Amino acid sequence: MSVAPAEVDLPRSADETVPDKPWVTIVWNDPVNLMSYVTYVFEHVFGYPRPKAEKLMLDVHHKGKAVVASGTREAMEHNVEVLHGYGLWATVRQD
Amino acid sequence: MFRPTKDGGVSVWLSAGEAELLRTLVVPVMDLLAGDRERESGQGGSGETRGETLGETPAEAAVFDELERLFDDSVPDAPEDPVLARLLPDAYQDDPKAAGEFRKYTESSLREAKKYFAQTMLDTLPASGGRVKLTSDQARDWMRALNDVRLSFGVRLEVTEDFEEQLAALDPEDPRFAAFEVYGWLGAVQESLVQALTR
Repeated sequence: MSVAPAEVDLPRSADETVPDKPWVTIVWNDPVNLMSYVTYVFEHVFGYPRPKAEKLMLDVHHKGKAVVASGTREAMEHNVEVLHGYGLWATVRQD
Repeated sequence: MFRPTKDGGVSVWLSAGEAELLRTLVVPVMDLLAGDRERESGQGGSGETRGETLGETPAEAAVFDELERLFDDSVPDAPEDPVLARLLPDAYQDDPKAAGEFRKYTESSLREAKKYFAQTMLDTLPASGGRVKLTSDQARDWMRALNDVRLSFGVRLEVTEDFEEQLAALDPEDPRFAAFEVYGWLGAVQESLVQALTR
């Protein structure tokens, strides 16, 4: 058996209290992907409810692009990989 | 066309001609995705096959290829072929280095995934037409494979958002006319599949 180590106050690194700038997943408009398909992909990949998925699809369609998710760089890169699998034109960027 | 089934999948009846057309359209996309990266980019380099001269088994050769890739400092550019560049786009828009790094670690698995979706379609298409029943997973593979075919047509035909007007303005004698019609039909097939999966 062992005893739990005494709690130590570890020095906090300077950037610990300042959250990193978030990374975002961007989807760009393209003339081929169907509006219904893009909505389906947003619902299915991100689990967004239909109204949110439709709003994002319309943002992509009318504004040329939309931020569809934000979070860690790794999570955004994963999103992009999945979206490329669906044929959406997606990129990662630090906001 | 497509109808939802009770188990969450879809079903569709295809004529022999439709099944044959879909097969004919999917195969070249698979071939394009299976193409040799070095040969496409014309960079030569590590593309030569080692294999038998060193007495490696295919599995060993695959491990060595993987290691070679991991330790290779160079990063690949986007494919030169415009269709491949659309199917395998850059993940970073204004950062070629980050885009290359991402591509280095993900492009081959993305190619494999897309080939898998296309293969699902080939495996489930009836040889001489008839009813196709797809599980929800297979239906999603079809959806993605159909989309990749549409994307390749879209790039080659330079389709815009005003596709209907493009088609209407095209001379029926134009060599691209049939391809535009097929592209329109594929859109209807995919739309029907999405609707059946959404219901």
